[in-house]
Amino acid sequence: MAVNATSPVRRGFLPREAFDTLLRALDGAGYDCIGPRVDADAILYREVSAGADLPQGMEETQAPGQYRLRETGTPRCFAWACGPQALKPHLFAPREPLWRSERDSEGRLQFRSTAPEPRPLAVIGVRACDLAALALQDQHFLRAGSTDPYYARRREGLFLVAVNCTHPAATCFCVSTGDGPQAGDDCDLVLDELDDGYAVRAASSKGETIAQQLPLQAVTEAQQAQIDREREAASTAQSRAMPAGNLREHLFNAWEHPRWAQVAERCLSCGNCTSVCPTCFCHQQVDVPTLDGSSATHYREWDSCFTQNHSYIHGITLRPDTRSRYRQWLTHKLGSWHDQYGRSGCVGCGRCLTWCPVGIDITEEVSALLKEAGT
Amino acid sequence: MNASLQVPWQAEVVSRVQETPSVFTLGLKLDDPAAPAPYRFAPGQFNMLYLYGVGEVPVSVVSDPEHDDEIQHTVRAVGRVTHGLEALRPGDRIGLRGPFGRGWPLEAAAGRDLLLVTGGLGCAPVVSVINYVMQRRERFGRLAIVQGVKHMDDLIWRERYEAWSGRPDTEVQLAADVAGSGWNWHVGLVTDLFDRLTMPIDQALVMLCGPEPMMIAAIRRLLELGVTPESIWLSMERNMQCAVGLCGHCQYGKDFLCRQGPVFNYPEISGRLGVKGF
Ligand SMILES: Cc1cc2nc3c(=O)[nH]c(=O)nc-3n(C[C@H](O)[C@H](O)[C@H](O)COP(=O)(O)OP(=O)(O)OC[C@H]3O[C@@H](n4cnc5c(N)ncnc54)[C@H](O)[C@@H]3O)c2cc1C
Ligand code: SF4
Ligand code: SF4
Ligand code: FES
Repeated sequence: MAVNATSPVRRGFLPREAFDTLLRALDGAGYDCIGPRVDADAILYREVSAGADLPQGMEETQAPGQYRLRETGTPRCFAWACGPQALKPHLFAPREPLWRSERDSEGRLQFRSTAPEPRPLAVIGVRACDLAALALQDQHFLRAGSTDPYYARRREGLFLVAVNCTHPAATCFCVSTGDGPQAGDDCDLVLDELDDGYAVRAASSKGETIAQQLPLQAVTEAQQAQIDREREAASTAQSRAMPAGNLREHLFNAWEHPRWAQVAERCLSCGNCTSVCPTCFCHQQVDVPTLDGSSATHYREWDSCFTQNHSYIHGITLRPDTRSRYRQWLTHKLGSWHDQYGRSGCVGCGRCLTWCPVGIDITEEVSALLKEAGT
Repeated sequence: MNASLQVPWQAEVVSRVQETPSVFTLGLKLDDPAAPAPYRFAPGQFNMLYLYGVGEVPVSVVSDPEHDDEIQHTVRAVGRVTHGLEALRPGDRIGLRGPFGRGWPLEAAAGRDLLLVTGGLGCAPVVSVINYVMQRRERFGRLAIVQGVKHMDDLIWRERYEAWSGRPDTEVQLAADVAGSGWNWHVGLVTDLFDRLTMPIDQALVMLCGPEPMMIAAIRRLLELGVTPESIWLSMERNMQCAVGLCGHCQYGKDFLCRQGPVFNYPEISGRLGVKGF
């Protein structure tokens, strides 16, 4: 459905006290709504039913191995950078059944797909890096000719309300990967937050339909100038950077670099980095029979290239040590992704730095690997 | 429902042959209204076999692609799933989905001399191609089969090898690292066998499978003997969970073995082969 040519793409200002009209419009269109909420001392996507659920006045500080929320009294609800999880768990579920097999008394088996029939989901507060990661997961799970139905069904009903970042964390480096801090058009609505409300822009026809139901006012010149200033500040605030370009050759040439052993001395092989990374897609399958033996459910669940089983083939683990696992992770993420999906698998969200218990910093590891070229 | 090949079909075990104390062949018949009829595959491709309540494993198809009344798999019992498969008898049901991956380059092989090299117990993918060629002998040039095993008792289908060696334009060379009485073949490495072939091998198309160190040693020797890298094809193994390019386990550098492999042309992977960590 194309945007009607006679109605210009809607852009306008939504006063903060009218925010609930957005939630009501989404609810009216049949969406379940999730958005940022404070939960377990972090900002996570949870069900929201009113603007009052949002983390107003909260900011966070992030550093390698550190995440702290604090009250600042700001009237804003989106004055924070990405929390531990992006969109990934809402599309590629951490654990989900793929099929069930039932066995009758004669041993005959019947297989049934358990592909979900989810209700359409709207996500409020999506960041530019999350959209970039979603585009990558789409490439992986929606490959032409072999679409994953479990992912596809959730993806189909997704409504994305992006918010441009004004408060990047010290761990963010999306500017250097070209993925942020401003959201592009791969979503439905884009918000710029100001103290008294939001500039709303429709980025899709679905977004347009919702925007039409909002009591939007004209964005004033002063508001626009403020938005521009904050966008500019967000873009220049990032101090970390991923070296530009395709690093594949450099990293594969550094296969025997001493740095891999050095990082392995610190890395716990815990796999936190892979579970918070919005683009990591590895999973394993497990079969769980019921106690009475009449049926079994076959699940897939997130797995990590940091585990022993990931590279197990009978009798041998091909990547037996942390050195080779960290190397697999990094050379895949920043190297092989270029061959597989036409770009790096890193969108600069910084999650793997923040949630690494020992604070390993991917940007630092990469620059070390590139600096002293390996032998 | 099954378009994505992620959900198995029911298959019935219709035959079972014990090949050696730990190797057996199961003949399967798809027995599921949702299954494709006919089931089509190419030699070198594999299926995911599901043992009820336990799990799935990748296994090559060894039967002939044009005789789809029975889909055969030769399996060595090594672990949880394969030991369970070993206990199955005709009439039992399992799950099957497939076929997956890229098989042997049979079009490129037409009209050429073929050298088939297998080592250890990784023989199933190459056996599928031997069977295929034997059924269509006129389409191919000369055929040399070279198989090496650690111990002479590991050799399965010794009678078949002996029968094949009597066929026109076909030669067979076998080697065992360890052999006792009753072994009238070579004692030593598989790489020793190339020099014993009468067929000139520098023009042959080579298909290899087996443990990686054996394949690497064989390739090194083949290149010395004048075989071109482009004429060498090999079947690789990695952990597999999904077989449809999603789970990430079978990645071999940039390639997903279940999609781009398991059969590769040597130049496609020569930079990775034998490098620890891939
Ligand atoms: C493309 C391909 C074709 C194969 N063809 C054959 C064949 O024709 N005949 C045969 O006997 N074996 C074959 N194998 C090996 C066979 O898949 C393993 O022996 C089997 O997975 C072992 O499973 P298990 O549960 O019995 O053993 P466990 O050791 O208990 O294995 C646990 C899990 O590890 C993984 N795993 C273990 N070993 C391997 C392995 N070698 N390769 C891949 N994943 C493994 C599997 O996911 C398995 O479920 C093939 C493997 C691949 C990748
Ligand atoms: S590698 Fe780290 S910074 Fe890059 S996308 Fe994944 S979690 Fe974010
Ligand atoms: S890099 Fe950090 S988060 Fe990742 S496995 Fe190592 S210790 Fe865990
Ligand atoms: S087996 Fe899952 S990606 Fe190849």
